[in-house]
Amino acid sequence: MAVTLTINGESKTVNAEDDTPLLWVLRDELNLTGTKYGCGIAQCGACTVHVNNLPRRSCVTPIKSIEGMQITTIEGLDGPVAEAVQAAWQKIDVPQCGFCQTGQVMSAVGLLNSIRKPDDADIDNGMTGNICRCATYVRIRNAIHDAAGILEKQK
Amino acid sequence: MKKENLQVLSLVILTLCTFACSKDNNTANNTVSSDTSAQATAILQGPDAFADISDNKQRAKSLFLEMAKVIQHPRCVNCHAAGNRPLQGDQQQPHQPPVFRNNSGMGHPGMLCITCHSATNVQISSTHSIPGHTPWIMPPENQAWENVPISNICEQLKDPERNGNKSIEAVVHHFTEDGLVGWAWNPGAGRSPPPGNQAILGALAQAWMDAGAHCP
Ligand code: FES
Ligand code: FES
Repeated sequence: MAVTLTINGESKTVNAEDDTPLLWVLRDELNLTGTKYGCGIAQCGACTVHVNNLPRRSCVTPIKSIEGMQITTIEGLDGPVAEAVQAAWQKIDVPQCGFCQTGQVMSAVGLLNSIRKPDDADIDNGMTGNICRCATYVRIRNAIHDAAGILEKQK
Repeated sequence: MKKENLQVLSLVILTLCTFACSKDNNTANNTVSSDTSAQATAILQGPDAFADISDNKQRAKSLFLEMAKVIQHPRCVNCHAAGNRPLQGDQQQPHQPPVFRNNSGMGHPGMLCITCHSATNVQISSTHSIPGHTPWIMPPENQAWENVPISNICEQLKDPERNGNKSIEAVVHHFTEDGLVGWAWNPGAGRSPPPGNQAILGALAQAWMDAGAHCP
């Protein structure tokens, strides 16, 4: 069955069942392997992408349900918020093994898109679904504050 | 095998058998009693079952107590939760991953309800699914039903300050028509539905209002 998706600004038609999880299509059909598979049941956050600019767990998102919507993966993430997050992540050297970091970055950008200067509680509540097996949580929180600072200076 | 070992072995077998038999008896007893109570709560009676209560006040109270079989079911209470975090499953555990109501009732930026919940249920296995409906939303904290006596839930439903400034007709409409209420009878793998169906609940709510919307 053909389903047409808009991924990183490009239209892609894939031959897959309507209820195929987006994550499967991204990784196996389109070779966009930046998005990671952690649990497959919406428990870890590793598979986070943006759908219409909001974070979404791709492992539990049937492709048919997001036809016509704007899907952004880590490969296509851009703009001032994404750049601020990238700079902060590099400066603070956030990743350890790196496996969860795609999801962390997608959620962090989603949080900063809505709240430009989040406090610790905003960060904890907004990032609570992204698990890091290497426990980089303190660096993640610092990096989000740092990214918020970068964005504030740009005003 | 040595004689002492044989004795020990037979003692073990006897003990295991005694335990197994008594366990079977207990299980049987439990099964009978839980079956009986399950039957009582598994049936949602329509308003006709209360038609012979001539006193309006008494009839309204009885109708609301019947509605309580749905209202106090995990499918309703899990989102009408007391805290800032919804409950999950028939065991009513705190929602995993942690997610918070926020002012919108739709989660916190970065971790919204729709980060995981789609427009329809998403089946993961024969016993697990991610529930879905549009919107997927928690009511405000002052509409919590978790650990609230049914009489207080009834008063809360009638109080515009605690029911979202709704008329009693609008409250009845929530029971009768709201798609998210209707989802309760199509909850996806791994979750039990409340008794009856939305049509019976709606008819009960309508009859309760018509009888004066008195509270138990
Ligand atoms: S892989 Fe999607 S949340 Fe874990
Ligand atoms: S950096 Fe290793 S799991 Fe997060």
